[in-house]
Amino acid sequence: MKQLVIDFNKCNAGRDCAHECELECAIRVFKVDDPAQAALQIKAYEDGGGHAVLCDQCGDCVVVCPSEALKRNKLGVVMIDKKLCVGCYMCIGFCEKEAFMRNSDWITPHKCTSCGICVKVCPHGALSIVEVPEPAARII
Amino acid sequence: MSQLVFDPSKVMPIDYTHRTEYLDGVEAFRLARRVLKELAYTPSLPDKGYNNRSLYVNVDTLEITEKPVTQQMKDVFIGGRGFGLYHLWNAVKPTTRWNDPENEIIISPGPVCGMTQYAGTGKSLVVSLSPQTDIPIDSNVGGFFGPLLKFSGFDALELQGKADRDVILFIDGVKGIIRVEEAPEGPVDSHVLGEVLTHLYAENEADLPNISVVSSGAAAAHSLIGMLNFSFYDRRRGCVRFKQAGRGGIGTVFRDKRIRALVVRGPRIAGDLNHPADPETIAKTGIKFHKEIREQDPHQCMMRRNGTAHIVEIMNAYDLLPVHNFQFGSHPETHKIDSSYWQQRCTQATVDGCWYGCSMACAKGADGLVLKTGPYQGHMVTVDGPEYENAAGLGSNCGVFNPDALLELNFYCDTYGICTITYGTLTAFVMECYQRGILNLERTGGLDLTWGNFEADLEMMHQMARGEGFGKIAGLGVKKMKEHFIRNAWGDPQLINDIGMENKGLEYSQYMSKESLAQQGGYALTNKGPQHDEAWLIFMDMVNKQLPTFEAKAEALYYFPLFRTWFGLNGFCKLPWNDVVPADNSSQPEPQKVPEHVQNYVDLFSATTGIQITKDELIMQSARVYNFQRVFNIRMGKGLRLHDAAPYRSLGPVTREEYESRAERYDKQLLDELGIDPAGKSTEEKMALHRTWRTDRFSKLMDSVYTRRGWTLDGVPTLARLQELGLDAFPEVVAVVKQHL
Repeated sequence: MKQLVIDFNKCNAGRDCAHECELECAIRVFKVDDPAQAALQIKAYEDGGGHAVLCDQCGDCVVVCPSEALKRNKLGVVMIDKKLCVGCYMCIGFCEKEAFMRNSDWITPHKCTSCGICVKVCPHGALSIVEVPEPAARII
Repeated sequence: MSQLVFDPSKVMPIDYTHRTEYLDGVEAFRLARRVLKELAYTPSLPDKGYNNRSLYVNVDTLEITEKPVTQQMKDVFIGGRGFGLYHLWNAVKPTTRWNDPENEIIISPGPVCGMTQYAGTGKSLVVSLSPQTDIPIDSNVGGFFGPLLKFSGFDALELQGKADRDVILFIDGVKGIIRVEEAPEGPVDSHVLGEVLTHLYAENEADLPNISVVSSGAAAAHSLIGMLNFSFYDRRRGCVRFKQAGRGGIGTVFRDKRIRALVVRGPRIAGDLNHPADPETIAKTGIKFHKEIREQDPHQCMMRRNGTAHIVEIMNAYDLLPVHNFQFGSHPETHKIDSSYWQQRCTQATVDGCWYGCSMACAKGADGLVLKTGPYQGHMVTVDGPEYENAAGLGSNCGVFNPDALLELNFYCDTYGICTITYGTLTAFVMECYQRGILNLERTGGLDLTWGNFEADLEMMHQMARGEGFGKIAGLGVKKMKEHFIRNAWGDPQLINDIGMENKGLEYSQYMSKESLAQQGGYALTNKGPQHDEAWLIFMDMVNKQLPTFEAKAEALYYFPLFRTWFGLNGFCKLPWNDVVPADNSSQPEPQKVPEHVQNYVDLFSATTGIQITKDELIMQSARVYNFQRVFNIRMGKGLRLHDAAPYRSLGPVTREEYESRAERYDKQLLDELGIDPAGKSTEEKMALHRTWRTDRFSKLMDSVYTRRGWTLDGVPTLARLQELGLDAFPEVVAVVKQHL
């Protein structure tokens, strides 16, 4: 399956860039000019280094979704069908990576779909889409 | 006891998509229906939780009308059980009984019902005059009917009259059609009827989850213990499943009205159909709770794996599991029907939950059961549960420790439309009567009802469904069976009354209250009869030891019945309140109230309706409806102190064996509580001392609780209490009370 990964040997957690990845995602995917709405969030630690909040396509949300709005596509990426989503936010509450997000203006939640838009704009080449085996569904 | 660990490798490999189908009957049913009345209406969605109208249908005259939901109704009765009681009060007279045409069945979802962001928000409340108690009964039920009714435009559905043929009421909340149809010959039992009607009224496969069916079954028509099934379509299993409005015989009223089914077709569900005042607060509160479930449930009750069945082993460990008609509190074979078994037997790799967004997901299902008896012998079915009540009631209380037999009993109760709790308790009573010679083979018509004989147990249920034999007598319930056995001089009347576990005509649910004074009151000092949903205090009292004093128990019997009433006014389920608790709950003040969750409920109500309430106002909302219901009982000829009396089995040991099974505990109580040295006394002498002490203690509890509730010592709400609650605005209510002051 396609998975977005970040290399923190290259990424300096936004200290020497303009968060291009977040901005590009917000503008091109979600059509909003607000990086806080992006499906990946780069967070800097105060004492150096950082971490990224992003979806690794583990599929836990597919297991808990009561309306079958979440399914893997043929690339193995977990996609949300807004017509089936009932807005319960169990996907958000059960995501251990806290990668499922919502904002106040939309009733349906959202997350990274490994589209790769952010990869192209990273000035450090820290982001990439990799092919990894699809994990077995867990009982959650 | 140690925490059970879930091992996914031990879950039985059962194909949960495979079962016997009944779709062959759909087309024949479609062609044979006949429209008796059809009316167009304008569908609507709620505004801040309310549509501000209800639907009235008379199945005899075929009158179909909309009624306004007034501001006074919302202010005083809120919704759900409150609306049900309000409509019922206006529909009946003090002389009305369950099978009179003016008796109603009211289904009301409540203002919060249909929210999808918080666990346990799909409940509706069913209210009617009970065939078992002759007073109002209320039942809190899941499934999709309540939310879909609300999203079709109605805050309540009133059903009145008695049809002269079987009818189906269809509400199409998408097209705006209400139709009464004559139901053709065909299925009555819910697992068949529910599947046929769901497929019949859905416009296509994607529409299946937008259909919900309310139905009963064959045994409801031949007994007084009928239940209603509320369906929901399980997408992953590809089948129709049910939750039950079980207690008090509403299914019997339903079939007496010749209603075969209610069907609603609602709009596609989304997260904002309630049009709440403050969706942001609802979203944040819901997500916070989902996280709490994810983090805490695996270390606490494991509701997502076991459902309520997790209590079986706890009750057994604390000697509180009902065994052999509430005689004993544990059994060496309990491990066969506790959650260590059910979490392997129930399907785990799917989503359980009887409404969207229920992350607690306790609606477990056991798939792949091949039935061994009855009209569906050989069919493969999915059984809902078993919940704790079913495992204890159909299982340990009757000495049935064969899990497949327990599942089959559970299945037939459901599809025949009878209450599993009631059936369990009445069967336990029958089996004890058989043990003690009050019943015998001749009197049961050949049913060998010894403890654990599930074949005879199942045959009794099949007789109930056919309206034959001893099964028909059993279907009258414990109260009427007691009268029947005593009238026939089949045994000592005192013994029969002592061991028949009913109060107000309703059978006890499955907690053994004789060691918990708080639970004794929690059962007997209820409005509708001994059902734990009003005051499930046994866990608090006996397991968590949170009510150590007499005063704490009496106070709990003021607060918790009111707090728990509130769920039923709004369309909430009770389980997410305290079947998981925040990690820091034990360090909070009054942890037994789960204060963070109470605040969640305050926030969810306020955010839905736009009416800002506090924790105190929440209790006042309940107190209005609770006291109204008490006065309603008095109006119907019950509701006084004498009607709160408890059978002695619920207060203490009736028999020598019971005493001796806990001799150490009982002897110690004689010494510590009564200051009497048990040495040298016979078991009978010690039992008599206990009986006097326990009966007196229960009477004192009644005095304290009545006083705290603002009632006279005869159990009548005082005028001052009615004024405090604003119920003096209803002259009829005041008039009822004045007759008893």
